[in-house]
Amino acid sequence: MAIAERDATGRTGAAGASADPRSAGRAARGSRRKRLRRDAVLLLLAAPGVAYFVVFHYGAMAGNVIAFKDYVPFDGLWASQWVGLSNFQAVLADDAFWHAVVNTLWIALLQLVFFFPVPIALAMLLHSLTRDSVRRFVQSVAYLPHFLSWVIVVAVFQQVLGEAGLLNNVLGDAHLHTVDVIGNPAAFKPLVVAQVIWKDCGWGTIIFLAALAQVDEQQYEAAAIDGAGPWRRFWHVTLPSLRPIIVLLLIMRLGDILSVGFEQMLLQRASVGPDAAEIIDTLVWQRGLVQGDYGYAAAAGLFKGVVGAVLVFAANKVAHRLGEQGVYA
Amino acid sequence: MSAAGVRPAWMEKPRPLTQAAKGVALAVVVLLVLVPFLIIVSTSFASDREVIDGGGWVLWPQHPTLRAYREIFDGGIVGHALWVSAGVTLVGTAASLACTIGLAYALSRRDLFGGKPVLLLVLFTFLFPPGMIPSFLLVKSMHLLNSYASLIAPFLLNVFNLVVLRGFFQSVPEELHEAARLDGAGEWLILRRIVLPLSKAALAVVGLFYSVSYWNAWFYASIYLDSDHWPLQQVLRTYVIGGAQLADTGAGDASAVAAPQTIQMAVLVVATVPILLVYPFLQKYFTKGVLTGAVKS
Repeated sequence: MAIAERDATGRTGAAGASADPRSAGRAARGSRRKRLRRDAVLLLLAAPGVAYFVVFHYGAMAGNVIAFKDYVPFDGLWASQWVGLSNFQAVLADDAFWHAVVNTLWIALLQLVFFFPVPIALAMLLHSLTRDSVRRFVQSVAYLPHFLSWVIVVAVFQQVLGEAGLLNNVLGDAHLHTVDVIGNPAAFKPLVVAQVIWKDCGWGTIIFLAALAQVDEQQYEAAAIDGAGPWRRFWHVTLPSLRPIIVLLLIMRLGDILSVGFEQMLLQRASVGPDAAEIIDTLVWQRGLVQGDYGYAAAAGLFKGVVGAVLVFAANKVAHRLGEQGVYA
Repeated sequence: MSAAGVRPAWMEKPRPLTQAAKGVALAVVVLLVLVPFLIIVSTSFASDREVIDGGGWVLWPQHPTLRAYREIFDGGIVGHALWVSAGVTLVGTAASLACTIGLAYALSRRDLFGGKPVLLLVLFTFLFPPGMIPSFLLVKSMHLLNSYASLIAPFLLNVFNLVVLRGFFQSVPEELHEAARLDGAGEWLILRRIVLPLSKAALAVVGLFYSVSYWNAWFYASIYLDSDHWPLQQVLRTYVIGGAQLADTGAGDASAVAAPQTIQMAVLVVATVPILLVYPFLQKYFTKGVLTGAVKS
């Protein structure tokens, strides 16, 4: 989900003098000790959160040095031998890595084509309902799967589409061909997209519904009076009003293209095999945490992290250039 | 949303065909979500015989029984996992909310000492997450493996939730702060007496997001904890998705069969119910919570 900052720093706007030490703070900015003392309580409140980020994000990030070492658990992280870029060379020369990259991009592309438009369509359908009670009911039901874990979602799909599941029972009773969906590598990628649609298409409507709600009702009215039918109103009023948000979400999704449902893939990797289900993140898990090749796994993970950060950064710049609000300040 | 429940005068009367198509589409959406749930709940209450006769599932149990639930709560691995999940969710959500409120409030104040570098420090982690292997090594080096703290401490704050709360705190009018300060209140008192009561909606949403993510977590449990410490979702994964045997529920006998369908479905229901319980109460806050701090169009 994209995150936008409010205003640049929140510092502007303190109108007039008052008892507020914060507006006085601007004048006294030179004196750091004064500001430190004034903000002591706030800094104390912030301390646990800041400590968390320092330890569990930056502390962990420092562990990426392992990607440049030949890690021997017995020697520990710091005593292990430096090996330069040889872990990265191993990753980039590894067919399994490129296979995982191709799988990742392929699944991301399928989701972009087949998942991305669904919440937009559903939001328009919901928005067009004139009866509030119906709309609210459908919304409540459609948001729900978003809050279920991937474990539950995958289990539900097994129950419905599995070999002995609901669908095959119905088909069998009707003496029709049963389908082989779960555990079938050929059907895996469509299955993955279907799962994402089931879990998140309802939740995804929220942002589009909000955009639709902001369209000035008078625009529709004016268009209708000018003789535009429902289809032309959709084309000339609704779509243009959704355009900025669609473009923004699309760009952000492209920036995040190297991450496609790690938990979802890992849960089903055993049943369809790595050929169909291996993505970059599951490869990192397999090589590092299962096989114990920490150097290789950390290098692959770091490679993904750096490329991913560059992509998100670039996507944000593009979004800014198009005049939309970016993800961060 | 269009004006409450009435069709505006300029809008054509919808054609019956369009109406029907819409109705069908909505019904499909609702049924696709609800039918799987109905079947899972029904099967969990059905007797083993009914399930076998029905070929593995039951749409509506003729002779509902609580046997499956009694078995999983009779001690054993599911009962224990349920306690683990509940404990981690409660403690984790409380800790996460406390830390998020503190940092979000500090960062919401204008001209905070060191506010800008701290904000950048936080937002950068959004751009560049630490990665699976370094996180694992960190948790290991902190001796948190096989401790429930490993399910909480590394996930204490979430940048998205932080930004949502900060946005809400910033929307509290500055005049209220000033009035309170004139009355001699400090930041701590202002936060407790003014800002938090005004941000209930945001706190509800952020609390929900945190508790759902603690409740649903399984991956890090699978790498940080041995099976004696597993939370419910990881147990569910192993026994329902993986098809392993639920040994100590007394459900399966010694022959290596997967747990009977009814028990698997009961575990699934138990893992889902807490979410279904809080969901209706918090639902009205979703839109507000998601849109604050999220994209503004």
